[in-house]
Amino acid sequence: MAPAAPKSGDVIFASVDRVNAELFTLTYGAIVRQLITDLEEVEEVNKQLDQMGYNIGVRLVDEFLAKSNVSRCVDFRETAEVIAKVGFKMFLGVTASVTNWDAEGTTCSLILEDNPLVDFVELPDTCQGLHYCNILSGVVRGALEMVSMKTEVTWLRDMLRGDDIFELQVKLLKQVPEEYPYKDDE
Amino acid sequence: MQFFGGTEISPSPPVPTASGNNAHMMYVFNRNGVCLLYREWNRPLKTLSPQQDHKLMFGLLFSLKSLTAKMDPTSVDKGNLGVPQLPGQGCSFHSFRTNTYKLSFMESPSGIKIILVTHPRTGDLRDSLKYIYNLYVEYVVKNPLYSPGTLIRSELFNKTVDQYVRGLG
Repeated sequence: MAPAAPKSGDVIFASVDRVNAELFTLTYGAIVRQLITDLEEVEEVNKQLDQMGYNIGVRLVDEFLAKSNVSRCVDFRETAEVIAKVGFKMFLGVTASVTNWDAEGTTCSLILEDNPLVDFVELPDTCQGLHYCNILSGVVRGALEMVSMKTEVTWLRDMLRGDDIFELQVKLLKQVPEEYPYKDDE
Repeated sequence: MQFFGGTEISPSPPVPTASGNNAHMMYVFNRNGVCLLYREWNRPLKTLSPQQDHKLMFGLLFSLKSLTAKMDPTSVDKGNLGVPQLPGQGCSFHSFRTNTYKLSFMESPSGIKIILVTHPRTGDLRDSLKYIYNLYVEYVVKNPLYSPGTLIRSELFNKTVDQYVRGLG
C-alpha cells in the first residue's frame, strides 16, 4: 500500500536545502521593487506577480509530490489541509491553518499568521493597491491546476494593509476529468 | 521471436544478472499524452515508427487503467468503462508481466507517467520509478530553461537515468 501522507511538512522541511531567510525575503522584495519600476501600474504588478507565481506553481507541484509522498487526496478538504500543513511548511517554512469552509466544501481560507515574505516591508502611500504577496496566490493556483483543480485564489486579509493576519481564499471552480488526449484514430 | 502460446520462452531470455543491464526502454509522458522522453537500451525488434509506438504505449496505459478501475471489486462507486475519471480516482496498476518483458508504471497526481520496460524477472520497481521521478524533478523541472510540456533535452538527466537504470537488479 502507498505510505500514509505526512501530517506535517516538518520532516521534509528539515531535510531539504534551504537559503538564508533574509536573502530570500530581500530577493523577493527586489523583484517586487523592480516590477513596480518597470510596470508603473500597481494593478499590473499584481497581475505579473500572480503570473510568476503560477509559473512557479506548475513546476513546484512535482517537487512537492516527489518529496512529500502524498499520493492522492480524497476530497478538496484534505487537499486544503495538505497545502496548509505540508506544502506551506515545505516551501515557506511556516504552517497555515484552514478555516471558513462554506457549506458545499468548495471554498475555504488559508490563514497565515507568519509570512516570511513581508519582513521589513511597509506599503508606501503610492502602492496601497498592491498585493505584495500575490506570488503566493499564483503558486497555489498553478499547483492545483496541475492536479486538475481549477481554482480562484484571492487575498481577503493582508497584514500590510492593517489586518491582523493573512487570509487567502481558495475557491474550487471545477475538477477536470482525465481525458484521452488524442483526437484522431489512426 | 514468438508472440503467442508456449509457456516457456524459446530461447528464454537470460536470467537477470546482478550487475544490472536488465532494462529495455523507458518512457515519460505528461497528462496530454506528449512523450517527454524516450530512452532505449536494448530493443532489437522495432515494428512501428516512434510516434506510433509512443501513442500505442500511452493508449495501452490509459485503457488498462480505466479497465483496472472498472474491475475493482472493492469499490462501489465506479463509472462506466471509458467514462473519464478524475485524476486519483479509482485504482490503478503498477506493473504487468509477459513471458518476454515486464512493464512497470507509475503516475503522479500531476499526470506525469513513467514507464520502465525490463526483463520479466526483475522485482518490484515501484521505488525505482519514484526515484526516477525525483531525478526528473531535480534535473528537469528545476531547470529554469526547460518549459513544462516540451521534450526533455537534458544530457545530465539522460546520463543520470542511464546510470541508475544500468544498476537495477
